[in-house]
Amino acid sequence: MTNIQAAPQRPLLDAVRVSKHYGSNEVLKEVSLQVAAGEVVCIIGPSGAGKSTFLRCINRLEVPDAGEVWVDGQAMGFEERDGKLHELTERKLSKQRASTGMVFQHFNLFPHLTVLGNVMEGPVRVQKRASKVVETEARAVLERVGLGDKIDSYPSQLSGGQRQRVAIARAVAMKPLFLLFDEPTSALDPELVGEVLTVMAGLAADGMTMLVVTHEMGFAREVADRVVFMADGGIVEQGTVDEVLVNPREARTKRFLERVLA
Amino acid sequence: MSTPSAREYVRDSVRELLPQVRLRHWGRWVIAAVILVILGALAYGASQGDISWRDIPYYVISPIILQGLVNTIILAVAAQVSAVILGVIIALMRISENPVAKWFAAAYTWLFRGLPVLLQILLWYNLALIFPRLQLGIPFTDVVFVDLSTNAVMTTFVAAFLGLMLNESAYMAEIVRAGLNSVDRGQIEAAQSIGETPLQRMWRIVLPQAMRVIIPPTGNDFINMLKGTAMASVIGYVELIRAANNIASFNLQVMETLIAAAFWYMVIVSVASVGQSYLERSFDRSDRARGGPTRRARRRLARDLVTPPLVRSHP
Repeated sequence: MTNIQAAPQRPLLDAVRVSKHYGSNEVLKEVSLQVAAGEVVCIIGPSGAGKSTFLRCINRLEVPDAGEVWVDGQAMGFEERDGKLHELTERKLSKQRASTGMVFQHFNLFPHLTVLGNVMEGPVRVQKRASKVVETEARAVLERVGLGDKIDSYPSQLSGGQRQRVAIARAVAMKPLFLLFDEPTSALDPELVGEVLTVMAGLAADGMTMLVVTHEMGFAREVADRVVFMADGGIVEQGTVDEVLVNPREARTKRFLERVLA
Repeated sequence: MSTPSAREYVRDSVRELLPQVRLRHWGRWVIAAVILVILGALAYGASQGDISWRDIPYYVISPIILQGLVNTIILAVAAQVSAVILGVIIALMRISENPVAKWFAAAYTWLFRGLPVLLQILLWYNLALIFPRLQLGIPFTDVVFVDLSTNAVMTTFVAAFLGLMLNESAYMAEIVRAGLNSVDRGQIEAAQSIGETPLQRMWRIVLPQAMRVIIPPTGNDFINMLKGTAMASVIGYVELIRAANNIASFNLQVMETLIAAAFWYMVIVSVASVGQSYLERSFDRSDRARGGPTRRARRRLARDLVTPPLVRSHP
């Protein structure tokens, strides 16, 4: 288990008893998770466990019904004033979101912008940085994900693996505090999964803080500092790769691993 | 069945092919002939009519008709542009989270789309019958900021403009709403994830993609608007038809002046059609979105096409 101590300062990401329901369906039941700077955490679990919803609650694409999400000492979606959390306007929330990055299952690249345009959109429009500087950086980031020769292409001209690498570059170009990956390889043809995982492993090696919802057990085993197993809207157990993937304690985890590793 | 011997194959490959007789398509010839005969008869009939063709070019360029042409274009452009702006606002209200705004937008569309344009023009034009004066002030007090005679405000142009514009804005609201809805929800989420504000998301991500859906029906609507201005003639706004009638009212050349008006309608509608396809092309990046060549690649392709090949493959 993680060592949750009364640390003098909060971890980079601190989700406190986050709950979410759709109608009578309780998707998240008071889920708490802390992620330290530089940590790579993989969330695994059966579909319907609430993994993606939890991820989307962190950058508030989904508004939790209850609970708090603290990012770098700020409550996402709120302003702390006289002992209360006051909800932020959508405009101010957007500013908060700029410090987090997200990679989607279906890439969600902007089809009317080139690869370079996709990567530069955030730094230029949101962070209002000089486009000359941003372009140099964007080219470097695209070079790193292996797409230096595709900068003038449009997303539709790329393969799924290439699109996802552009999406990663788009998130990285914002220099976020951490990256959220929502099943980044689930929509890919099997032979394209490797190139995306390689890029992600590279980011992890560079010290990027990452929270990854994935079905790729191999990736979790190789790259994760910590594995979190979720089922039925809650965290069943978490720990190192050895603790969760090799010697799980909970019966629910064992059953899941037997099925996916069979 | 016996398989053909090798010798038979050789003979088949060297003998001459049998001549082939193509189908004649007699039916096509007959139909073409019938059409040409009917057209000829119509042309002859038209030439026998009591009309002075020679006068039509004179009317086409007469100052009165040209003034009518300018008024037609001014009314159509003013009404369409205002309708687009108002339509976007109504569409945004329709898709907003605010239940009152939603309800208002739906009622607005229902009302202004439901009534005939001609009726709306007549209602606006005769507004003075029920409200002789237009006042802006604070109710139940004597404070009045603006006080105008309705008849002074509600000119033929204003009445026609309001009737055409409000009706069109209801249609535009539906067109814009369809365009906004056509953009994938994931696009908005991606824009959110990089920290774009609601305004940036709309302006940078959603609208450019919605334009592909919005522009073709808007172009059609504008062409309809150009012709719809004819209804303003009923209340005396001097657009093309009223201008034609004004000339005819003192020389009785009704058909000659109307044909001159018809000529100008065809011209402006054709120009609008060309403009529409140009706009569509500039906004439609779907050729690239569907995997077509980029602009740079297209330019290279065009250059290659005009460069003569070094070796011609055929003598």
